[in-house]
Amino acid sequence: MSLESLSISSHHETSQLNKIEKLSLVLVGLGIFLQLLFWTGSLQENPSLILYSSLGIIAIGSVIYSHNKYNHSSLGIKNNGVWHNSMSNRGTWAWVMGIILTAFYVVLYWFPQYLGHSESGNNLGIVKLFDPLSIALKGKPASQWFVYGTLYTFIILLLGIKFIYKYRHNRYQIIRTISIIFFQTVIAFLLPEILISLNLPFNDFKNIWPLNYYFFYSWHIDEMLSNGTFGLFILFWGIASVVIFTPVLTYFYGKRWYCSWVCGCGGLAETAGDPYRQLSDKSTKAWKIERWMIHSVLVFVVIMTAMVLYTRFTGKAELLFLNSYKLSQWYGFFIGAAFSGVIGVGFYPLMGSRVWCRFGCPMAAVLGIFQRKKSKFRITTNGGQCISCGNCSTYCEMGIDVKAYAQRGQDIVRASCVGCGICSAVCPRGVLRLENGSVDLDTRADKTRTIIN
Amino acid sequence: MKIVIIGNGIAGTNAARFIRKNSDHEILMISSESEYPYSRTALMYVYMGHMKWEHTKLYEDNFWQKNRISILKDRVIKIEPDHKKIYVQSGNEIRYDKLILATGSKSNFFGWPGQDLNGVQGLYHLQDLESMESRTVDGIQRAVIVGGGLIGIEMAEMFHSRKIPVSFLVREHSFWSNILPAEESEMINRHIRIQGIDLRLGEELKEIKGENKVECVIAKSEQIIDCQFVGITVGVSPNIEFVKNSEIETAIGILVNNYLETNVVDVYAIGDCAELRTPNAGRRNIEAIWYTGRIMGQTVASTICGNKKTYDPGIWFNSAKFFDIEYQVYGYVPTKDEKTESLYWEHKNGLHSIRLVYNKETEKILGFNLMGVRYRHEVCEKWIKDETKLEKVIENLSLANFDPEFFNEYESEICHMYNQRFNKILQLKKTRNLDSALQFLNS
Repeated sequence: MSLESLSISSHHETSQLNKIEKLSLVLVGLGIFLQLLFWTGSLQENPSLILYSSLGIIAIGSVIYSHNKYNHSSLGIKNNGVWHNSMSNRGTWAWVMGIILTAFYVVLYWFPQYLGHSESGNNLGIVKLFDPLSIALKGKPASQWFVYGTLYTFIILLLGIKFIYKYRHNRYQIIRTISIIFFQTVIAFLLPEILISLNLPFNDFKNIWPLNYYFFYSWHIDEMLSNGTFGLFILFWGIASVVIFTPVLTYFYGKRWYCSWVCGCGGLAETAGDPYRQLSDKSTKAWKIERWMIHSVLVFVVIMTAMVLYTRFTGKAELLFLNSYKLSQWYGFFIGAAFSGVIGVGFYPLMGSRVWCRFGCPMAAVLGIFQRKKSKFRITTNGGQCISCGNCSTYCEMGIDVKAYAQRGQDIVRASCVGCGICSAVCPRGVLRLENGSVDLDTRADKTRTIIN
Repeated sequence: MKIVIIGNGIAGTNAARFIRKNSDHEILMISSESEYPYSRTALMYVYMGHMKWEHTKLYEDNFWQKNRISILKDRVIKIEPDHKKIYVQSGNEIRYDKLILATGSKSNFFGWPGQDLNGVQGLYHLQDLESMESRTVDGIQRAVIVGGGLIGIEMAEMFHSRKIPVSFLVREHSFWSNILPAEESEMINRHIRIQGIDLRLGEELKEIKGENKVECVIAKSEQIIDCQFVGITVGVSPNIEFVKNSEIETAIGILVNNYLETNVVDVYAIGDCAELRTPNAGRRNIEAIWYTGRIMGQTVASTICGNKKTYDPGIWFNSAKFFDIEYQVYGYVPTKDEKTESLYWEHKNGLHSIRLVYNKETEKILGFNLMGVRYRHEVCEKWIKDETKLEKVIENLSLANFDPEFFNEYESEICHMYNQRFNKILQLKKTRNLDSALQFLNS
């Protein structure tokens, strides 16, 4: 074994499960199994009983697991064995998981009939299983998107609880995770369903253009304009989110106010994606690719939106060599579905939890530009205390080589930083702090403050 | 001009980096340990599975080529300063104009019976990590660690992460009590025991027994502990074997003046292997710590590039982590000194403490000792440098707080404690925030 390739293989699993953990995982597995039985049609009767009992069993199992795994251990960082575990070191289990997730997204986006979705409302399979909840919330049968939204929210809730247990010594992480759970369950999931039940247009108030790329689509504008005061409020709120909330909040707090406190994609990454955060690529090459890709997507969405609006106001679809219908179709397929869903989440176990946020999300690109150019936010480096250990870079889900800055005493100002605060948490020498300050607003990035440099 | 650096630890690496920053000289860095420089202090995290070894590299692999720093993996076996040549194990000779010795340390072994048995080792080099891994990968019943310093407790944490039971023999009657004041030392004793570590204070190693492989150790108290691994962590000493038979003068380490020059012209020594002939007041001749190595590398680079600089380690600081308790120290924190007094606050959960050390007579602040609380290096340093009065420090203590947002702030409790003890009515100014800290630092 050469020294440079020294990596410790996985034949000693450090995370041996105790009895309660095993039992709780059996409960989770049982719940999932019940849902699978319904999906495949082996079970067809009594969807509400199966739905609520399966979700209940999964929830109970998951909370017991989280409680048992973290609550009895001492207060501190829980990264033992991360690189020894096949699920978190791109081992066999990670590949299995990646394939399952990717396959799920492919079915969800392009073959919803396999989930049992039926336009006529006579759903089958897993979609039928979720009918009772959908009817309870809005009086209509479920769609594949309702199933997805429910599971998505459920996962953020349960794995958010797990994350809170894991970081129960860290109040920043606890409050941040409660915020994520709140925005997903109340603002993204429950509120839109309630709006539909009140015969108002569906709206997720925290989904901001350009992440919400259909905001300026003609059908969406029509929907807002045809819904009276409430419709206009949605329109006003959506525009204010882009031109007021985004720059102002980013000025004060950095892009974290959105990406790691509010956003649903970020929410999933911070909870379900947490076991995979260390897999992001830290190389300068990846950084270069990231800047090209994310800004290309931003240009794409801006042109696409401009074209869509041009079509709305002139009635013409063509301008130069562009066609607004084609553009929006392509954007929906390549970016909206393939990138953010299939690659963004499907590749969690292989490329880390923030692939979409880092390489694709145009909202992150906008926030990043503000953060880089005009924001009080930065991560400060504590004098000469850095020992270059590399924990900060390793656990940065955005692939920022935090250590490269910290070891030369430079504060970190990077467009991509979502302010999750994990670098600061895992630092064994108390070197990193997320801070907002205005004294040195324009020299944050270039000033090397420390004793050493 | 060709500069050869022997050793690629933090001292050697920083020397190379700053020579390149200041000049166009040819640079060659030689190490037999690893091709690419890595963070020695992070070895524990590789064993614990927090990181892979690749993550501990100081820079990306292309950094060295990009900065025209040649690296060579080989072992230097001989130095001939008269001819400005060194010889490496692979048989080549290498000429130099300036030579920097940055060979680091090696683990101490004090000649115990059985110390050569398979399963007995220290932890300093990458090779130590490899053998630790191969010796324990299939699980062992118990490891014994001898020596209560920083590497000892790191080793305990490493085994603990793999659920390997540990007996920890510490000569002192409280952990690291030659460095830590009594209360902090006691806090760490408790913390070690809470992890389930069999901490044996006031205990030493007498003998290691076994046929080929370790089977048990016999302690000074004659107690026998069955084990399959013995970690020897009783300190380190300069790694200078191959220097000893040259004309370069050595004692415990390689002797250097305050320019880090050895007695031989154009030969310098930095980092753990260097022994200062006249260290600054209150400092030791050899300080085998990360930060001093880093500063020495930078200093020697400046000197070699024509801007002759004396080595100045500045105000003492250090940090460590004892299982889940982070430790930071700034300035002078004695275990016992009649001339000083300290204000010590400890959280009732026994996981956080703050100690302010001051001069009893002048009431000037001398040092900060922190457990489970993060303080700003530059702020503490400025207070110490400016010989600030304790009362002023207490009033402004929040400027130093570096804990993450939303964490509890304990400064008001310290202020309250001071008021009660001395019948004062000091008020804590503001709460922690970056702007105030920056304004203070720029004032």
